[in-house]
Amino acid sequence: MSTLGFPLFPEQASTMAPRVDQLYFFLLVVSVFFATLILILIIAFAIKYRRRSDDEQPRPISGNLGLEILWTLVPLSLTLVMFVWGARLYFITFYPPSDALEINVVAKQWMWKVQHSEGRAEIDELHIPTGRPIKLIMTSQDVIHDFFVPAFRVKNDVLPGRYTTLWFEATKPGAYRLFCSQYCGTQHSGMIGYIIALEPAEFQAWLSGGATAVSMATAGENLFQKLGCVSCHAPNDTGRGPSLVGLLGKAVRLQSGASVTADEDYIRESILNPQAKIVAGYQPIMPTFKGLISEDGIMQIIAYLKSLKREEGAQVKK
Amino acid sequence: MNGPIEERRQHYLNVNYGLKSWLLTTDHKRIAWLYLIGVTFFFFVGGLFATLIRLELLTPQGDLVQAETYNKLFTMHGVTMIFFFLIPSIPAVLGNFLIPLMIGARDLAFPRLNLASWYIYILGGLFTLAAAAAGGVDTGWTFYTPYSSIYSNTHVALTVIGIFITGFSSILTGLNFIVTIHTMRAPGMTWFRLPLFVWAHYATSIIFILGTPVIAITLALVALERLFGLGIFNPELGGDPLLFQHLFWFYSHPAVYIMILPGMGVISELITCFSRKRVFGYDFIAFSSLAIAVLGFLVWGHHMFVSGQSVYASMIFSLLSMLVAIPSAVKVFNWTATLYKGSILFDAPMLYALGFIGLFTIGGLTGLFLATLGVDVHVHDTYFVIAHFHYIMVGSAVMAYLGGIHFWWPKMTGRKYPEPLARLAAVIIFLGFNLTISACRAATMSIRPSFRCST
Ligand code: HEC
Ligand code: HEM
Ligand SMILES: [Cu+2]
Ligand SMILES: [Cu+2]
Repeated sequence: MSTLGFPLFPEQASTMAPRVDQLYFFLLVVSVFFATLILILIIAFAIKYRRRSDDEQPRPISGNLGLEILWTLVPLSLTLVMFVWGARLYFITFYPPSDALEINVVAKQWMWKVQHSEGRAEIDELHIPTGRPIKLIMTSQDVIHDFFVPAFRVKNDVLPGRYTTLWFEATKPGAYRLFCSQYCGTQHSGMIGYIIALEPAEFQAWLSGGATAVSMATAGENLFQKLGCVSCHAPNDTGRGPSLVGLLGKAVRLQSGASVTADEDYIRESILNPQAKIVAGYQPIMPTFKGLISEDGIMQIIAYLKSLKREEGAQVKK
Repeated sequence: MNGPIEERRQHYLNVNYGLKSWLLTTDHKRIAWLYLIGVTFFFFVGGLFATLIRLELLTPQGDLVQAETYNKLFTMHGVTMIFFFLIPSIPAVLGNFLIPLMIGARDLAFPRLNLASWYIYILGGLFTLAAAAAGGVDTGWTFYTPYSSIYSNTHVALTVIGIFITGFSSILTGLNFIVTIHTMRAPGMTWFRLPLFVWAHYATSIIFILGTPVIAITLALVALERLFGLGIFNPELGGDPLLFQHLFWFYSHPAVYIMILPGMGVISELITCFSRKRVFGYDFIAFSSLAIAVLGFLVWGHHMFVSGQSVYASMIFSLLSMLVAIPSAVKVFNWTATLYKGSILFDAPMLYALGFIGLFTIGGLTGLFLATLGVDVHVHDTYFVIAHFHYIMVGSAVMAYLGGIHFWWPKMTGRKYPEPLARLAAVIIFLGFNLTISACRAATMSIRPSFRCST
């Protein structure tokens, strides 16, 4: 079934797709039932009770409490089923599995820029392995965009000034359309691309192919040197700033007395707007790097900081 | 207005003549006409934009207009239809004309304020038309920041100033209705004898005065950020783009009920009149209007399920959206039950009313898909949403408006309209809408007789 080359119902290509479709069909059945019920009643009444003579005067009926209760409670309980079922699926789409492969996406008018941890970058295309959860960490350089893959039944807005995530697991190899589904300006309709799902082995080959790419963590380390972060952030707390080793996921105590979990957003904010949250026990001397570093660069530094956690976290006692 | 109208009887149309007597009138019936003219004008402007959109979409390439113009067209289509046609349509035309008559009052509580509302509406409309003439605006009717406040280089400020101004017209009309309904009911016209049309307008007025200030301020903030670089929504200046969406939908979800509640009021009148029955479950219909007005303020987050809102916020908004659908369902069942054992006549207004019930049912049911979290993730921002709201806003609200205009036309003009032609038009509009060729094709404004069921 297709119209003008677009399938009427999108292909199912992720673990999520069949589950969403099940719920969709449940809703469809309920809706068709009620729509038909109303339609049949209206047509039946319209025929049966059509006016036959001009002086007809039907007996007034003012209502029926039992019926009112019935047609309040039956729809209510059905909508509660919809709610619970829908919320369960939503919960799943919200929390990526912890073993997901992280990939970074930066959106801008009007393209998608993708960086893999191993260093390969691509534009308007995203290569992924099948059979493995993928977690996208996304941000926008300008306006709000939205990452939408119909075949996977997932979408999420991509916001400037913060990270949002999206996860999915492709179930079969193929090329699936990617759309920007939040109107973002003149060429919005051209902000499209493909998700290319490969067998894991092929994906590995693809990852190591291409130009001699440096991994994101290495690129981040270079930036860390180049921008002079290293002069304040020594690995063992000897600098003027705190050590950043093992920072991600840790709870940070702030001067204000509050405590925050250091996630990607926190690090991004620390770099661009260091005065917003001051770590307890330190002077607010860190300069802002706004304008000196790109969104891609920040993602690289985050990748570097994450790698510190893995590689050196054990040696340095915090 | 029963019986034939005598040759020289004086009525509101012939008490005095001349442009001035119309432009300075404080008679709610004449002001209703002023609104009818304004609203019809904007309906055609919005329809023109829609026609151009459909023509361009005949082919995927940009052959009639380029992407830039196309984006402006759909934006201006939405802006005119929503803010300048649908929101004022039933309340300002039929509500203005009928509420005083239905509750037995001489006029609205503040007749001059009523006239002022019309001028404010027109002034706002002129700003928005000026924006269109100057080159248009391309943000979508939702004006999402930071695109609208920073990146778009079209006439955003002018447009939102127009909407800001027009908002005051809504607020004042709502105020006028509420005061009138509270204080000017004729002796014996108790709350539970009010026609359901009046109940629906009462609920709508609550939304008018509680919701409209929020959109006005929000759009003013967009204009300020654009013109003076204040950092409210722009993350580069420490603002929050999501804040805009919260504020915008805090008004705009209730606003969808501004567009449908008056229509529901009209339908309650038409169904009862043309089946010669008292409405089934009067109390339930009246209270469901209030329930919709109140609950409607608590569901705005269902427009933001994938925009970075927290999981738990989304869940609560989803649950409340389910609840707000119930009073709508209750109304549909009650209208259907009203037909039972009635004496049904298929004049044009009744055709519109029956069309309304069918299309509203479909629109409401698709609303449930959208309120269901797991499914909305997939269908959000697709044509599914567009279909949902057109079923309700065109399929239902416009049907109710046209049905109401036909039904009360004799009351407004003292003349009949050609029934067969009007029936044909109703059927064509229904089919035309369903074929989605063009939902907004009002045939000639026709006229029908009112018999005993006039207000
Ligand atoms: C002039 C010294 C200085 C430089 C250069 C500097 N920082 Fe900082 N940084 C600090 C200080 C002091 C703090 C702690 C006070 C605060 O929170 O602002 C800090 C805090 C941070 C934090 C939060 C740490 C925590 O434990 O919560 C991060 C992340 C960070 N910096 C990253 C960077 C990065 C990345 C760079 C380079 C682009 C950089 N800093 C450059 C001094 C510096
Ligand atoms: C029966 C109850 C209703 C429910 C449960 C409901 C639910 C929803 C939901 C969840 C959305 C958001 C969809 C998305 O963006 O993903 C939505 C969109 C919309 N609805 Fe409804 N709706 C209902 C009734 C109405 C009515 C009565 C109207 C208009 C008169 C209306 C007009 C709209 C509009 C205009 C939008 C789209 C806004 C946009 O994104 O441009 N809805 N509805
Ligand atoms: Cu876009
Ligand atoms: Cu809504």
